Amino acid sequence: MTTPRLTAVEVVGHRGEVADYLDRESSTLRERAYAVARTVTDPELPMLTLGDLGVLRDVEVTDDGEVVLAITPTYSGCPAMAAMRDDLVRSLGEVGIKARVRVQLSPAWSTDWISERGRTALAEAGISPPRHGVATTRHTGPVPITLGVTRRSVTCPQCGSAATELTSEFGPTSCKALYRCTDCLEPFEHVKEI
Amino acid sequence: MTDLHRDPESSEESARSSVGNLPKTASTDVAHQPTHPAPNPAEAHGSVYDGLLEGDAAHWAFGTDFEDPLAGVDTTIPEGVDARALAAYSLALADDALIASHRLAQWTSNAPDLEDDIALANIALDLLGQARLLLARAAAADPSLVPALPEGSPVPPEDALAFFRGDQEFRNVRLVETGNGDFAVTIVKALLFACARMAVLERLVDSRDTVLAAVAAKGVKELTYHRDYAGRWFLTLAQGTEESRRRLEAALRQVWPLYPELFDTHEAERVAAEQGVGVDPATTRDEVDAVLDQVFAVSGVERPEVGRMAAVAGRTGRDGMHTEALSHLLAEMQSVARAHPAGQW
Ligand SMILES: [Zn+2]
Repeated sequence: MTTPRLTAVEVVGHRGEVADYLDRESSTLRERAYAVARTVTDPELPMLTLGDLGVLRDVEVTDDGEVVLAITPTYSGCPAMAAMRDDLVRSLGEVGIKARVRVQLSPAWSTDWISERGRTALAEAGISPPRHGVATTRHTGPVPITLGVTRRSVTCPQCGSAATELTSEFGPTSCKALYRCTDCLEPFEHVKEI
Repeated sequence: MTDLHRDPESSEESARSSVGNLPKTASTDVAHQPTHPAPNPAEAHGSVYDGLLEGDAAHWAFGTDFEDPLAGVDTTIPEGVDARALAAYSLALADDALIASHRLAQWTSNAPDLEDDIALANIALDLLGQARLLLARAAAADPSLVPALPEGSPVPPEDALAFFRGDQEFRNVRLVETGNGDFAVTIVKALLFACARMAVLERLVDSRDTVLAAVAAKGVKELTYHRDYAGRWFLTLAQGTEESRRRLEAALRQVWPLYPELFDTHEAERVAAEQGVGVDPATTRDEVDAVLDQVFAVSGVERPEVGRMAAVAGRTGRDGMHTEALSHLLAEMQSVARAHPAGQW
């Protein structure tokens, strides 16, 4: 048995309104745990917090008073899961909260879960943020193969030009594609929509 | 951000900016505490490196921690499902991904250019992640599959399955184990494999096993990129130079005999499909053929007319009957783990 818990939608969808939806009875520990957990940063995209990246899916407090955090991998082979878990446990430990981290596989992470603040932080760090709302469009029937170049309206995070071209759909981390700007000629990374 | 020179005041400041415009409450104040105590270089009695040695060793655990990838995931067997059948099916899907991943990883630092080096490594990483989850799923469903290791060995079940089984215990289709050949052979193998696996995973999202369904849902997103990559290179090689086209056509003739095996219904697949946890690959054949025909048509390439590679005494990859290529691959992949069965990594 556990106390009532935040749903993933509440955690992910209403960031910045921590106090609004917490149940008064047992809010203190969860609220504190969530407040710390969501500001822990991603090991590979350190300008993003785990909250803004959308990988922190759930926070609950068990009857034994243990805080259990749920995180979801961005990609199946995400090598940062262990680092995220360790960072979460350590960060909470530093404010006196004993926490455990569990893996939540479903629903699969989507770039649509990256918050507006996260998108802004990516752009400020010179990384083109994923377009919103295209990733979770439900397909009916099999996904078609795309033999032409992927069409995205991606603007250069350096100069703002829309004259950009795809170099490769695969980049230095699983979540990024490589682009270059044909105006300022700078290469840059784009977080690709999944 | 690695900032050893950060003083307590500025780290307070950066923590504050990272929570943006949150209304200031008692709870959000908690987040303003610096999470990484930083050494102060101005202090006469210490150096900036002192901070590296204090605190929690977790700072140094990156990449070295192999805790259960299914930690906290509900691995209860769905009602009416035979656990051994579920495990056997998971193992087959896992081995396809693991061996395909290892072959692709062999291109790292050897690909025609840096972008493709990175692309092939990324695809290999996605498949390795799928393999790890599926091996863990197989081990959770049927622990008797996991090879016994010396008392006290820290090797987790999914690693024991990857590194301590012999070639005849691997259940992958033979297509994924064959050598990389030239870039054209690799592209043809990648295309056929991605098309077939995509079609299976698109159906597996409805598996009654929630773990397989979740792995499939994520896998479909990843495979979409893999398949597009292979399809585009197929087209590029076909429409490139005379030499690239010659190599592509040769590669297609060479790999094609292993294509039909992707759709054979093995016992593990038949039972898993019957129980609503797996997919019978035979049911995907028409759809995969149609996708490939589309690629062939755009590329101006004929579907090859070569027969399939024979089964050996009725047995193929799913039965543990492999080509010599798998033994060589495993010798390389497993040697370090086998030399140190009690090793801590
Ligand atoms: Zn530019």
